[in-house]
Amino acid sequence: MMPKPMLEIKNVTMKFGNLVANQDVSFTVNKGEIVSLIGPNGAGKTTLFNCITGFYKPYSGKIIFDGEDITGKTPYYVAKLGLTRTFQIVKPLKDMTVKENILTGAFLRNPVRAQAEKVAQEILEIVHLTDKSDILAGSLTIADKKRLEIGRALATDPKMLMLDEAMAGLNQTEIKEAMDLCLKLRDEGITLLIVEHIMEAIMPISDRVVVLNAGKKIADDVPEKVTNNEEVIKAYLGERYHAKSKKS
Amino acid sequence: MKKSKISPLIIILLVILVLPFIKADINFQHMLIIFLIFAGLGEAWNLITGFAGQTSFGHAAFFGIGAYTSTILFYKFSISPWVGMLVGIAVSTLVAAFVSYPCFKLKGHYFAIATMAIAEITKQLFISWDYVEGATGIMIPIVDESLASMQFHTSKIPYFIIAYCLFVISILIANYIEKNRMGFYLKAIRESNEAAESIGINTTVYKLYAMMVSAALSAAFGTLYAQYILYIDPFMLFSLDISMKIVLLTVLGGLGNIYGPIIGAAILIPLSEYTRIFFGGTGKGIDLIIFGALIVVVACFEPRGILGAFKKKRKVERGAYDAKANA
Ligand SMILES: Nc1ncnc2c1ncn2[C@@H]1O[C@H](COP(=O)(O)OP(=O)(O)OP(=O)(O)O)[C@@H](O)[C@H]1O
Ligand SMILES: [Mg+2]
Repeated sequence: MMPKPMLEIKNVTMKFGNLVANQDVSFTVNKGEIVSLIGPNGAGKTTLFNCITGFYKPYSGKIIFDGEDITGKTPYYVAKLGLTRTFQIVKPLKDMTVKENILTGAFLRNPVRAQAEKVAQEILEIVHLTDKSDILAGSLTIADKKRLEIGRALATDPKMLMLDEAMAGLNQTEIKEAMDLCLKLRDEGITLLIVEHIMEAIMPISDRVVVLNAGKKIADDVPEKVTNNEEVIKAYLGERYHAKSKKS
Repeated sequence: MKKSKISPLIIILLVILVLPFIKADINFQHMLIIFLIFAGLGEAWNLITGFAGQTSFGHAAFFGIGAYTSTILFYKFSISPWVGMLVGIAVSTLVAAFVSYPCFKLKGHYFAIATMAIAEITKQLFISWDYVEGATGIMIPIVDESLASMQFHTSKIPYFIIAYCLFVISILIANYIEKNRMGFYLKAIRESNEAAESIGINTTVYKLYAMMVSAALSAAFGTLYAQYILYIDPFMLFSLDISMKIVLLTVLGGLGNIYGPIIGAAILIPLSEYTRIFFGGTGKGIDLIIFGALIVVVACFEPRGILGAFKKKRKVERGAYDAKANA
């Protein structure tokens, strides 16, 4: 069976004044895949996320989601189409409770409150926040805020979910949970694009890994190949992960 | 565990309803009518500012447009103020849509200043508009008292009933919005515009809806106010004084909550009406001085208003209870 593209990024360039944050980046995420986007700090990962989801209008290039050209479309429109992202710097709706945060996401596909409540309850279970549902989101720990961020995005019932460093700041057990959650979501048919620095977490679950460095794509391959790619090692992975993955 | 919010609301509404009959004093009844009008205006303002987080300092504009529309129709064409009220609502809603759309591009303080400017511009327009008697204002012609003419000369009770109905409608609308999707969307916009957009909320359109509903309600109270006072002029209607009263009473009571404007108006309106009676004239602004001081105190100790303080207390108690249960 031919893989069907969910998200196609075609020659996307994004500039801030003289700074080229994304330079002619192209890659495709197929339906049902988990693709990771990695690269050193300042490589342009978050910028690319912002271009894809309509928060920035790319300088040039095209973005196609599920067959529709979404270049320059507004963020809410992109979300309505079924492409939802989370934020690296979490944006909880602070003065609302955990449940209200998730409920707000659930309203996108369930305009009636009772239905939305049901969906929110399920999502609370999935992200392990049920017992904190009546706490104000602003007073959660950072780990719980990351969970909430994922939960709120999931509540919009997306076809594709984009996570921007959703595992940063989590401990080992929590990272394991997050990995299992990603796999579970993939099995439920959600396509995933994940930005992450924790290699041990994403290499095992990714179907493909795209590497950005200084705004340019330097690799796009299966995890095993990427971890052995000289340029990637030099730019990003460093000897540590390389040595470790060779040993195992 | 979760109590329905409706029950205390119904009690409050019933108490307000019997008050003018228990204390059949003209001054007291007058104060109640003004209380209902301002509590209702607070509810309307709360939608755009308390829920959606877009501070409006210019709500007098919508109130004034409601008052002027029905008055012009009645004064020039003898059209019933009830029809005038509906036309006023329509005009005010349209104006709100047209002027706030560009203003929503402004962030934070700039939006607030723009709304203030809009009220000021509206005032200047009416001052220089001869067809509506400009700065002189309009004395509304006295006709036989009837429901149709929205004029009552022998008792304040009918005015009270109309004010009460409008107030209840405002509460019901605010309550409905708060409990359903729109309320959640407005609060999400207040908390983070970007987060709201990311979960599919068209933030501009929802802010616009909130502004339009808010303007519509404000206009309805404007018509009632004009018919009650039987005189209007641009200075009293489009005044910063009215805009600020709406802001202050809601902030004092508690932003973003349907009880806030009721509590705030229940403190500010008696204060202003009785200082007015006591000091004569417009009360020399003593009410606003006292009220300003109250706001400063509340802002220092509990920025979320009286309701916020109350909620915090309950949370602390609940926290203590949880701690005990865990021990
Ligand atoms: N709004 C902006 N205005 C100007 N420059 C920006 C803006 N956003 C990002 N940049 C710059 O663009 C480059 C890419 O930043 P970006 O945040 O996309 O990197 P990243 O790969 O997400 O990094 P990290 O791993 O630290 O999150 C950086 O040099 C950054 O300073
Ligand atoms: Mg980033």
